[in-house]
Amino acid sequence: MWIWFHKLGSPKYFYDLSGRLLPWLGGATAVCMLAGLYWGLVVAPPDYQQGESYRIIFIHVPAAWMSLFIYMVMATSAAIGLIWKMKLSEVIAANCAPLGASFTFLALVTGMLWGKPMWGTYWVWDARLTSELILLFLYLGVISLRSAIEDPRTAARAAGILTLVGVVNIPIIHYSVTWWNTLHQGPTISRFDSPAMDLSMLWPLLIMVVAFMLYFTVVLLLRARCDVLSRERQSAWARALARA
Amino acid sequence: MGGYAFYVWSAYAVFVGVLTANLISALRRRRLLLRELSKTASQQTIDDAKT
Repeated sequence: MWIWFHKLGSPKYFYDLSGRLLPWLGGATAVCMLAGLYWGLVVAPPDYQQGESYRIIFIHVPAAWMSLFIYMVMATSAAIGLIWKMKLSEVIAANCAPLGASFTFLALVTGMLWGKPMWGTYWVWDARLTSELILLFLYLGVISLRSAIEDPRTAARAAGILTLVGVVNIPIIHYSVTWWNTLHQGPTISRFDSPAMDLSMLWPLLIMVVAFMLYFTVVLLLRARCDVLSRERQSAWARALARA
Repeated sequence: MGGYAFYVWSAYAVFVGVLTANLISALRRRRLLLRELSKTASQQTIDDAKT
């Protein structure tokens, strides 16, 4: 495990391995995405209370989960980058930020589009919505802080510290629906008692979650490879690759 | 879509837009970088040949 971890730190190894994995991951993303969309939009029955509007959930829930998950990936790699000065983890952390911001934006917009017909309003300042909006600002803050500092190592350090400070917001978002009496509904999927969602709706949702995960991995690897290649352009392997 | 067409399709349109934009920008960046690197590489080969 540690040897593998060490090898992964080598830019060339990472570049080669991710290059071999990407076609498979990309194919799996396309398959899951199409299957999830077909199942969610065509096969799944309308909800007896919400009618057809609940179909927004198939993108809203995965997007919201991804917004939290990507932040944790970003914070973990930022911590590894701060402690062990591992360049690859700095690259991963840097490329998580725009993707995380995209998914947070998507979660907010799809939530608003669901909220209008269901709650009668696009926006309320309740705990869940407000903490998710703060998450978007955190992502944007990390992005602009990194781009404001010219030296990449210093930029990674500053952005990493801001990222770690922002981790406090993650449990707040997660537990906001339990801690406060919010308009946003409580947890449905992660309940341990009887399933609160019918399987005909749960399956497409879970497939979409997998599709979002795969999509995130694909775009993250695509972006990280660019950074690695750009940083290593003076090395022998990168120059050999450029000549080819 | 039972009267919710506007909300459902807007949500899915934003979803497709955000995911496509991210993918395209990543692929575009890769193309530009590879072009830049191969240009530098061929320049170096010419310089090496001169000296």
